[in-house]
Amino acid sequence: MLEAAVAIRGLRHTFPGDRPVEVLDGVDLEAAPGAFVSLVGPSGCGKSTLLQVLAGLLVPDAGESLIEGRSTVGEPGLAAYMPQKDLLLPWRKAIGNAVLGAEIAGVGKEAAREQAMALLERFGLTGFESAWPSQLSGGMRQRLALLRTFLVPRHLLLLDEPFGALDAITRREMHQWLQEVWATDARTVLFVTHDVEEALILSDVVYVMTPRPARMAARFEVDYPRPRRPEIVTDPAFVADKARLLAALDAPTQRQAGVPTPPPRWDRLRACSEKPADEL
Amino acid sequence: MAAEAPSLRRSLPARGWRLFGRWGGAAWEYAPALVLLAALVGLWELFVQVLDTRPYILPAPSAIWEALLDKGHLLPNHIQATATEAILGLLAAAAGGVLLAVVISSIPLARRVLYPIIVTSQTVPAIVLAPLLMVWVGIGLESKLIVVALVGFFPIVVSTVDGLASADRDMVALVRSMGASRIDELRHVLIPSAIPGFFAGLKIAAAYSVIGAVIAEWVAAKEGLGIFIIRSQASFRIDQIFVAIGVIALLSIALFVAVHLLARVASPWKYANEKGENGS
Repeated sequence: MLEAAVAIRGLRHTFPGDRPVEVLDGVDLEAAPGAFVSLVGPSGCGKSTLLQVLAGLLVPDAGESLIEGRSTVGEPGLAAYMPQKDLLLPWRKAIGNAVLGAEIAGVGKEAAREQAMALLERFGLTGFESAWPSQLSGGMRQRLALLRTFLVPRHLLLLDEPFGALDAITRREMHQWLQEVWATDARTVLFVTHDVEEALILSDVVYVMTPRPARMAARFEVDYPRPRRPEIVTDPAFVADKARLLAALDAPTQRQAGVPTPPPRWDRLRACSEKPADEL
Repeated sequence: MAAEAPSLRRSLPARGWRLFGRWGGAAWEYAPALVLLAALVGLWELFVQVLDTRPYILPAPSAIWEALLDKGHLLPNHIQATATEAILGLLAAAAGGVLLAVVISSIPLARRVLYPIIVTSQTVPAIVLAPLLMVWVGIGLESKLIVVALVGFFPIVVSTVDGLASADRDMVALVRSMGASRIDELRHVLIPSAIPGFFAGLKIAAAYSVIGAVIAEWVAAKEGLGIFIIRSQASFRIDQIFVAIGVIALLSIALFVAVHLLARVASPWKYANEKGENGS
C-alpha cells in the first residue's frame, strides 16, 4: 500500500493562558495520496489549529503529524498552506504574489514566473498580472491566493476555508473551477470548511469533527462520479447524504447538554460509498 | 499574452493625463495657503511703511527683496555648504536609524538597553552639543554631519521600529509555512512593512536637517547659511537675516518634498488606488 500523504494520530493541543483552551483531544486522520479530503466541524472546533500543525507553524502537546512519513512538528515547508485570510503581500503585484511560495522554495525567479503566467488564465487572472492586490476583487484575491498555494512545489495542499468570505454565487463557480484545476493537478488536498454541501461536492473523503475539544466524530467516503455539476445538490441521494452528515455534525453537541458522550461513529457512516454509481 | 497588449496601450495616455491632473490638483490644493502667505507679507509691508519701523529692527519685505538682489551672489556657496551638510547628515541619520531600528526590533535586550539611551540623547539640545563636537572633531564637515544626524536619527528609529512591529504576524507565519528563513521573513514581509514608517520618520528628519546644519554652522564654520546669518547680524543687516530665513525655509521644503517623492517611488502600492481611480 502507498504511504499515506497525511497521517495524524492522537493529536492533542491546549492553548495555554489564564484560562487554558483545550482544542484538540486526540485527533486521528489519514489521507491517501491524490485524495481530496475535507474537514467539517463547528466554528472554533480546531480545524485551523490542525492545519497549522500540518503547516509546521504550531507544535502540538502530543501526538503524531506526518506528511509522507515526515513529522511536521517544528518543520514548516512540507505542505502548501493557504490560511483563511488571503494574506496577499500589498507590496507585490499579482504575479509577484503568485510566485512568492515558489520563490522561497527555491524555484528560480524566471521559471516560477513562467509557471505562473501559464496558469493565469486557468485562475481567471489574465491581464491582471501587474495589478496591485488592493485593485483586485474579493474573488480574484482568493483565486490569486490559491494560485500562490498551487505554485508551492509540494504534494499536499492545506486549504483553510478558501471560499468562506465569498458570496454564494461566486462560491458555486469556484467549486466547479476548483474541481477542474484539481483534476489536472493530482495533488492531495486537505480542505477545511464549515459548509457541508461544499464538502460533499468537492471531496473523496469527509471528516466530521466534534466541537472543542475536537475529536473525529465521523468519516464519510464520497463516491459520486466526477465531475460533479452544481445541480448535484438537488439530487435526492445527495440530499440524504447531506442529512446524514448534518446529523453527525449535530450529534456531539448533545454532549455539551449533559448527555453522555456517544461512542465514535466511525464505521456507521459510510453510506455514500455503499451506493451504486448509477443511482446518481 | 494577447490580452496584455491592448490594456497597456489603453493605460499609457491615461496615465499621462492623470499625472497632469495630479499636478493641477496640487496647485489648487495649495492655492489657499499661498494666498494667505501673500496677504501676511502684504500686511507686514503695510505695517512697516505706516509705522516707519527702523530697518535694523524690522525691514519691510520690499527691503528684504532688495537685499536678496544686492547680496544674492554671495548665497550659492553658502547654500551649497548647508545643503551638503543637511543631505549627507540625513543620509547618515537614515543609515544609522535603520540599523538601530533593526537591532532594537530583533533583539529584546537591545530594546531595553538602547531605547532609554536613544531617548536621553534627544534631551541634549543640538545647540549645546555643537560646540562640544567642534572641540572634538574640528570645525569641518564632519561635526556638522554629526549634529544633523543626531537631530534626524531619532524620528527615523522610532517610526521604523513601529513599522517593523506593525508587520502582519499572519503574513510572517505564511512565509514561514513556505519554509522561509529569518532572512526571507525580513526581506519579504518585515522590511516592506516598515517602509512607510521609515519614510514618515525620514520626512520629519528632512524637515529638521537644514535647521540642524544651520545650528552647527552657527557655532563655527567657514561657509554656510548659519555663518551668513552670524555675519549679517554683526553688521546689523537684519534684511539679510530674513533673506537667509527664506532660503532655509525653501531648502527645508525642497528636502521634505524630495523625501515625499522618494517615498512614492519606494512604496508604489500605497498610491496604486489613487492613480487607478479613473482606470478599470
